[in-house]
Amino acid sequence: MVEEVGTTTEGDLIINVGPQHPATHGVLHLVITLNGETIKKVEPHLGFIHRSIEKMCESLTYRQFIYVTSRMDYLSAHINNHGCALCVEKGLQVEIPARAQVIRVLMDELTRLASHELWWGAMAMDLGAFTPFFHAFRERETINDIMEETCGARLTMNYMVPGGVMQDIHPNFQRRVKEFIELYKRKIGEYDEMVTGNIIFQNRMKGVGYLSKEDAISYGCTGPTGRGSGLSCDIRKLYPYEVYDKLEFDEITETGGDSFARYMVRIREMQQSVRIIEQLIDNIPEGDFQAKTKAVLKLPKGEFYSRVETARGEFGVYIVSEGGTTPYRIKFRSPGFSNLSVLDHIARGGKIGDLIAMMGTLDLVIPDIDR
Amino acid sequence: MDLNLQKTKQDFPGQVHETPGGGIVLSKLDDVINWARSNSLWPLTFATSCCGIEMMAVASAKYDFSRFGFEVARATPRQADVIIIAGTIVNKMGPVLKRLYDQMADPKYVIAMGACAISGGPFFYNTYSVVKGADHIIPVDVYIAGCPPRPEALLHALISLQDKIKRGLTREQIKSGKD
Amino acid sequence: MLNEDLKAKITELFPGSTIDEGNDPAAAGWVNVNVEANNWLPVATQLRSDLSLQFDYLFCLTCIDWKTHLTMVYHLSSTKFRHNIVVKAKLDRTIPEIETVCHIWRTANFHEREVYEMFGVNFLNHPDLRLLILPDGWEGKNPMRKDFEDPVNMIRL
Repeated sequence: MVEEVGTTTEGDLIINVGPQHPATHGVLHLVITLNGETIKKVEPHLGFIHRSIEKMCESLTYRQFIYVTSRMDYLSAHINNHGCALCVEKGLQVEIPARAQVIRVLMDELTRLASHELWWGAMAMDLGAFTPFFHAFRERETINDIMEETCGARLTMNYMVPGGVMQDIHPNFQRRVKEFIELYKRKIGEYDEMVTGNIIFQNRMKGVGYLSKEDAISYGCTGPTGRGSGLSCDIRKLYPYEVYDKLEFDEITETGGDSFARYMVRIREMQQSVRIIEQLIDNIPEGDFQAKTKAVLKLPKGEFYSRVETARGEFGVYIVSEGGTTPYRIKFRSPGFSNLSVLDHIARGGKIGDLIAMMGTLDLVIPDIDR
Repeated sequence: MDLNLQKTKQDFPGQVHETPGGGIVLSKLDDVINWARSNSLWPLTFATSCCGIEMMAVASAKYDFSRFGFEVARATPRQADVIIIAGTIVNKMGPVLKRLYDQMADPKYVIAMGACAISGGPFFYNTYSVVKGADHIIPVDVYIAGCPPRPEALLHALISLQDKIKRGLTREQIKSGKD
Repeated sequence: MLNEDLKAKITELFPGSTIDEGNDPAAAGWVNVNVEANNWLPVATQLRSDLSLQFDYLFCLTCIDWKTHLTMVYHLSSTKFRHNIVVKAKLDRTIPEIETVCHIWRTANFHEREVYEMFGVNFLNHPDLRLLILPDGWEGKNPMRKDFEDPVNMIRL
């Protein structure tokens, strides 16, 4: 499976990382060419979780294909479903009631918190610290319980449908989210003490994996990876959808460009998500939770593109429709695909330990890349 | 082969007789070995997709599987006893899974977690690259239904595997019993 | 830049291309430009370097199989002016070939490899055109084409 690409000089060592390795990113196979311990070239081999989703969606109806996207980037499952529902609604030109919009944004932000929690715990575990993993999962379990009461599932909840949400929120939802937010604001301080201010952690992340702004634009980086290099690319601010244009929150960019900048972008994004939830949780408007749509959906002939901001970056859904009940062609523009192409560029000249820190801050979820 | 389905109600296999100056334990060697093996199974960290997150949730503090002896999750198959296949297996990953299974030392056990590992799951129809069930590649002892299964379901499966080992009913034991 | 200004500028710079308004009503439609496949590289270079356009961010590169021909679709955006455009190029189905743009937008490297293995489009002057996601031995079988049959693996519903 290893092909001879490029030239290797005398004395180079070629090693494999993966496809099965304990760094919890999924199944990624990296072929690293080393000179001593310095990396000369990193080549990712993908495809170990390629489930041919785009081909499969050509035979599923517009209501059915949404469940598959929650299995693509399973840590932002709600946000992926949201993007698909938005695209179908663009085609049907249906107006979503205000209550459904606010519920969707609340679920999105809770998912973003849960995803960043897991990223933080897993990254600390990759760098050798096992304790933050348990702290992160403790918070994540509370969020999962809140979601399970309303949506019925913990990880792959198919809650967003074209037209709104599938059912109304549970009566306990508001109270439990408010309690969780109070608890969470204290915990973020704990995380800063444990990991961010730790001198070992900072030495492993500062100055490692520098990505300049021009390179981030050229490689198509989105999400916190791009924002850590100063590129302003938050879809919630640039092309707002649902109620994001009425909310007050900041777009976090850092100019450092190294791993520590990308790390700090995500930590501050968690605080911004808390701010958004606080603004919305007491102001959920009354009304319908789903707009009336036909049972069998047919999109008119044409092409539709919608984009949402997942925890990893811009997720785009491009539907080409010929007027039938199933799409003619669907393309999912996943954030990890572009973010992964940066890895070879930023890893050259570093050491293997730095590579693990870089992969942690790029926050890759491999089923999202392979589709 | 007749299936003796009585539950192992006793914690320790064997009878303890008190005698002056100590005690005598009367048991079958097979039972003691099975008891020791079942209470310290080390899993291999093998997670391909979404079920991997639920496996990590079982490893963390709320649903803890280290109280059943599974604490030490090994990254290398040479030191692992049980492989929990959490996630979809595709055609490109099949040889990798087979190689990992071959590298594990006997006695080894396999748990297929989630609908994808049992039968291809939601990716059964109209896909050209998914293996429709991990048992096309390696023999499986315990199947867990769900997409993804709840952490309690995984714990139930681990306890069932322990029961199977104590009663001598896994493929491994039946196979070595026949020789 | 608004859509009308974009359309005027594009027709001025590339007289050989045609424009049709996309039917994405919520965004008031993105401008869809159709270019010739053998003229793509100069058009792309100019889209990137022209000072009033500056499309420096390629965010989606894909291919659609209409049963008589293939169409390459490029979604471009500008980080400075925040306008978006969609460029399409028709390809012949028997010998689909088009110039690569990975020297202009480096993200196209991976995207073009994926289109090569899924649809069979040959990208001229690509530095490293080989399989990315499919396993070894799948060269030549282009799974995303509409006439792809695989009786062994695919179970039809």
